[in-house]
Amino acid sequence: MTTTVVEQWTAEPLSRYVAQASARIVVVMTPAGQVLAQHGFMRAVDLMGVAALGAAIMASSGALADLVGERTFGALYHAGQRHGVHLAGCRTPRGPLVVLTVFGKETSIGLVEFFFGEFAGALSAAAPEAPVRGPILAENFEAELGASLATLFGR
Amino acid sequence: MSEPLERSLDRLARVRGVRGAMFVVADDGIVVTQLLMEDVNGKAVAALAASLSRKIGGAARVAGAGAVRFAQLDAAEGTLLVSPAPNDLLVVVLADPQVNVGLCRLEMTRAAEAALG
Repeated sequence: MTTTVVEQWTAEPLSRYVAQASARIVVVMTPAGQVLAQHGFMRAVDLMGVAALGAAIMASSGALADLVGERTFGALYHAGQRHGVHLAGCRTPRGPLVVLTVFGKETSIGLVEFFFGEFAGALSAAAPEAPVRGPILAENFEAELGASLATLFGR
Repeated sequence: MSEPLERSLDRLARVRGVRGAMFVVADDGIVVTQLLMEDVNGKAVAALAASLSRKIGGAARVAGAGAVRFAQLDAAEGTLLVSPAPNDLLVVVLADPQVNVGLCRLEMTRAAEAALG
């Protein structure tokens, strides 16, 4: 399985998390769905779809939490027949991040949840300060997306 | 259902040397109910004990030994005891190395019966 990172500081915490939690797929992204690192994907189209859906789920659950008077929901867990999906946010100096983990029967939600806590701490410790960003322009957006995909999938 | 479980954990926690006792969902490694000393990370113990239980179960099956009835892990500074319970639960006990394992096992068996509901 491949692990690729856009921002190098995520590499070591990610590979340790994948090994400890026996995760099949991990995506580290911003709440907007910009992927910083991934493990387990071979095709850009799959990764972009999962990242967009994961970010959307986190955004909608955050809005739901707000409606019922919660600051945020800690983590979301979807249990399937063969796979489980764990989706959780963490705060880092770079800004809030979202981590989506897909795991199989070789591990458990308890293990994933436990090692996610360590992973979130490691990301927070390794993260640089948030970069100063200019306004988001359509021409920049496409160039940045293209650059991220090229880094992740080498094209 | 939770009251009998909590009562059985209370009995387990009274055994000298026991630092924590919990019911854990075997497949998920998530705590159902627990009674722990302050310094015990229940979430970690539950997740790792369930993982250990699955692996021991697999080893026992491969070895033709059948279903695991009790597991004891002795470490330098503690003992982990795991026993299956009805409804896909595990009874997990974390104790000092000098704990009376026999007494613990008796109380764990009673706790497993409490999980029948």
